[in-house]
Amino acid sequence: MAQPVGAPRDMSVWESIESFLSEPETWSGPGSIWVRLGEHLWVSIVAVVVAALLVMPVAVWFGHTRRGSEVATAVVNIGRALPSFGILAISFLILVRMGAGIREPWAVLVALIALAAPPMFTNTVAGIQTVEPATVESARGMGLTEREVLTGVELPLAVPVIMEGVRIALVQVIATATLGALVAWGGLGRFIVDGFAQQDQGQLVAGAVLVGLLAVVAELGFSKLQRSATPRGLRTAR
Amino acid sequence: MSLLAQTSPLIDWAWISRNMGQIVDRTWEHVTLTAVSVSIGLLLSLVLGLVALRWRWTYGPITWVTGLMYTIPSLALFALLVPIVGLNATNAVIALTSYTLLIIVRNLVAGIDGVPEAVIEAADGMGYTRRARFWRMEVPLALPVIVAGLRIATVTTVGLVTVTAVLGLGGYGFFILRGLNTFFWTQILVGVALSVILATILDIAFVLLERWLSPWARRAT
Repeated sequence: MAQPVGAPRDMSVWESIESFLSEPETWSGPGSIWVRLGEHLWVSIVAVVVAALLVMPVAVWFGHTRRGSEVATAVVNIGRALPSFGILAISFLILVRMGAGIREPWAVLVALIALAAPPMFTNTVAGIQTVEPATVESARGMGLTEREVLTGVELPLAVPVIMEGVRIALVQVIATATLGALVAWGGLGRFIVDGFAQQDQGQLVAGAVLVGLLAVVAELGFSKLQRSATPRGLRTAR
Repeated sequence: MSLLAQTSPLIDWAWISRNMGQIVDRTWEHVTLTAVSVSIGLLLSLVLGLVALRWRWTYGPITWVTGLMYTIPSLALFALLVPIVGLNATNAVIALTSYTLLIIVRNLVAGIDGVPEAVIEAADGMGYTRRARFWRMEVPLALPVIVAGLRIATVTTVGLVTVTAVLGLGGYGFFILRGLNTFFWTQILVGVALSVILATILDIAFVLLERWLSPWARRAT
């Protein structure tokens, strides 16, 4: 185990990466990079969207009524102590016992939804609750209905914090989807896990670079999106 | 296979009592990896934090770089380090340490920044040098925020150590991984539960440490 993984001794890392990248199966067929990337992306996006649909309404209600900040804190603390790999393993355990197929994506999807929910919940609650009470009061004083206060004042002002929650969730989900390969699912983590198992350094490193790139692109891309989604009045000159 | 997967008992208490020795070994591995990584992370973060506080313009680049490191998924970082350092504890410690930097540095700087202006002026008025003011006034007052960063870093690291089992380094992830491969549910549950318990114990330990380090805060409330 202490020996470094490696293709035959006389092969350098670069050569083994090159040989992995030059194999036709890497680029086409059921285990190709494109298929794995597709799996990774759809599971991540679906997980974030489903989690948002599940928690946002509750979070908006908590935020608007200025209640439940203790709930939000508890959610954060519990979420942090539970390792994402552990959530994945437990989700796999439960779904397989319920009869799901071992190679099906459901266990990964359920785990990712559970991981995406807490940051979106807490940021939505906090985002709405940190809107100045004076601002909300003056909106009410101007005769806005509760719904108008929420959609016209609170939500737009909370957008940066809410989007930050979505970003945290997305990046975490993309990272954890990599671990899906450890519970027999696909995604880009497949190359890393297979690289470890087959002692194929080329596959290992290429897979790691792909996963790292995807995470960084998602992070930077979303930060851009975040800025453009911020109401103009809130944008700080940078 | 699938039938076996569904019917094996959820918790096999006999297995747990039979394997207490192994549980102790895995605990030791888990605690060691966490402690070494967080300690090195704290030292590096102190250096980075002091640099950021002394030369303000470095704070942006420091959080940008540590933030980027934080973004890279753990499994990918372990894998990327294999050709450089191999499959060993060094690999895990480098990766785990790099995840603590962003959290600790950010809280360190935020904590010091949060010290009220009046306190700083009072210290200056009392004739404190810049250095003395920093260590005897600003750091103690920033302690709750700094310790909060350490708590988050530690709890996060305990969770991430479960993944280092992939490198063959043991820890609770060893149980989770082997449980997944053999459909032995007890091992999965034991691995996850112990990891949560360890994270909670260390979190509470930090709260107690903070109370012990800042007795004035207790008197005030």
